[in-house]
Amino acid sequence: MADPHPLVRLETLALIAIGGFAGSNLRFFAMESLPDVASIVLVNAVASAVLAVVVYEAEAAGRLSSRARLVLTTGFLSSLSTYSTFALQAALASSPLALLGVVAANYGLGLVGVLTGRALARRLGGPRPVGGETT
Amino acid sequence: MSPALPSAPLLEALARAITVDPEPAHVVGTGGAIGAIGRYWVGQWVSSRLERDRFPLATVVVNVLGSFALGLVVFAGASEATLHLVATGICGSFTTFSSFSVETLRLYERGDRALAIGNAAVSLAGSLAAIGLAWGLVAAL
Repeated sequence: MADPHPLVRLETLALIAIGGFAGSNLRFFAMESLPDVASIVLVNAVASAVLAVVVYEAEAAGRLSSRARLVLTTGFLSSLSTYSTFALQAALASSPLALLGVVAANYGLGLVGVLTGRALARRLGGPRPVGGETT
Repeated sequence: MSPALPSAPLLEALARAITVDPEPAHVVGTGGAIGAIGRYWVGQWVSSRLERDRFPLATVVVNVLGSFALGLVVFAGASEATLHLVATGICGSFTTFSSFSVETLRLYERGDRALAIGNAAVSLAGSLAAIGLAWGLVAAL
């Protein structure tokens, strides 16, 4: 599926661009309304949770089309979350302890978000069990 | 005494609020659209060259490159408008945390636990090193 029709490719790019516009604006809004580090932790955790819902739901039931998923995940959610601003905040942290705090908050709450999203997706997916995990 | 006179500052403030307020959001959004398309392109390019699903290399690449570019514009002391476009918009959207965290958990679930932890460590170390390199470059120039 390397090269579909050029117009389809163009439409895909346009949809990703719209998702990117919206996602970056929501992140900008969060940065304006909250303290720097807290706003990035929040958008990263929320985007991780929603992405996990979409990814694991696709595995369990797959209600969204692959194109809708692409726009939502590659366009909106990946633009809402950011790694570069988080890394810069870590690099500019005033002390080693503050650096550790920034990393722990983003990685920790990002993981909590993904696990929450996965649990939600499996509940949405219905009784069909997915995977062999017991916890 | 014109009755319009007292309202002039009010109108001015109103005009300023209307013309200045939406501007940064449009600039950030435009950068965000550019960054998202750039990330999609890098993803396509990397996955066309490497077997997929083995290691989320595309995400590591965009995160390290984006952190380097962010370091350059911030340390170079860019203007606020440039920061909105390039830092918050382009670099912010080009890099991604959500894909990183979901892909890391998927590696871990699959049993590739060392790869999962390696992915988390390499992303952080690579991005911090890229920011350090950007700082060094700006300081040297």
